[in-house]
Amino acid sequence: MSAQVTEADLHGYVDGVLSSERRIAVEAHIAAHPEEALRLRAWQEQNQALHAAFDPVLSELLPASTRPRPWFRRIPFVRYAAVAGLLVAGGIAGWYSHAYNIAKSADGLAFARRAAVAHVVYTPEVRHPVEVGADQEAHLVAWLSKRLGAAVKVPHLGQIGYQLVGGRLLPGEQGPVAQFMFQSDSGQRLTLYVRTGAGDSKETAFRYAQERGISVFYWIDGKFGYALSGETDKAELLRVARAVYQQLNP
Amino acid sequence: MEGRGGDFIEFIPRLRRYARALTADRARADDLVQDTLERALVKYDLWRPGSDLRAWLFTIMHNVYINQVRASAGGGMTTALDDETVQPAIRATQTDRLEVRDLQAALLRIPEDQREVLLLIALEQLTYEEAAGVLGIPIGTVMSRLSRARDRLRTLLAGGEQHSPLKVVK
Repeated sequence: MSAQVTEADLHGYVDGVLSSERRIAVEAHIAAHPEEALRLRAWQEQNQALHAAFDPVLSELLPASTRPRPWFRRIPFVRYAAVAGLLVAGGIAGWYSHAYNIAKSADGLAFARRAAVAHVVYTPEVRHPVEVGADQEAHLVAWLSKRLGAAVKVPHLGQIGYQLVGGRLLPGEQGPVAQFMFQSDSGQRLTLYVRTGAGDSKETAFRYAQERGISVFYWIDGKFGYALSGETDKAELLRVARAVYQQLNP
Repeated sequence: MEGRGGDFIEFIPRLRRYARALTADRARADDLVQDTLERALVKYDLWRPGSDLRAWLFTIMHNVYINQVRASAGGGMTTALDDETVQPAIRATQTDRLEVRDLQAALLRIPEDQREVLLLIALEQLTYEEAAGVLGIPIGTVMSRLSRARDRLRTLLAGGEQHSPLKVVK
């Protein structure tokens, strides 16, 4: 056994990653060098103190900020928490519990997750919620259609109270996807996530999940897959989802 | 494997914990996480399935953080120490809260490059190899920064480094 103890061994000892042989060597070393023993004890206490101080962040739902911040900065982590709960804590299990082709279900799951993440990431954005604004709708549609390789249509939801904010292009699992954002007069934002290559399924049934304030409707329509996400109740989102569906299938 | 989309949501709490410890500032930590998630979403297809998603996310966060450091005026990332920036992460007893504040204040007095190494390893429990990969530095550099950070934190927490203590004049 080597009595030679390196600085890396000391860290490994504190971090609990040494082989038993090296651990014994370090223990012999610190037994012979009390000042090193104190040093390592301080390091170990640091590890404990860091966890004691910051582990509570892991389970934080609402950052109870003492500093006034814009509303949009206070919201994101409520959303993250909600989506994490939605997608990780098993909400999805109920969502996809229908007897349904397993491959399709897994594919749909991945799609719905990406839609939810994209919603969570971009709806709080104030400066750049979209890449191309509604004022350039024709350009937006032409651009996204070209990139998706299919004629994308944007539903007009003004009659039911939602105005188009604009859209952006995002990377999807099977190529680019489009995200359209809509906003009500009260500032409520919905996103419609659209992909191509959804297969030739004639399945158009809406699938729904709702947990902690976030609602998602997901459906397949011909070669397009759609996911409509928002922090609204089910009835409201269904109303919008139906309007979207009708607009796209005149 | 359940498809790749959105799996990184699971690591958001870890990103938040690291960001909070790194910045000691709730608002800045929130912004750092937000920027990291946006970039991760856009770059998702560059992540190789089967590789460590957590390390990949920390790498993105490191790059975002470094860019913010560079962009911050006058260089240097030193955050002003005041009652607002040093916020306890927890509801705690008065004594505990003071200890947390001491710890956060001490962390801010460790250079960023050393602080990152310390937090990735001691708090986020990355291996030394993973930390080297995340930070894009050799493992020898990780070890030397870790030594400096741990020794410096020890000194700071022991109160051994005072700001030019006043001498008592008799």
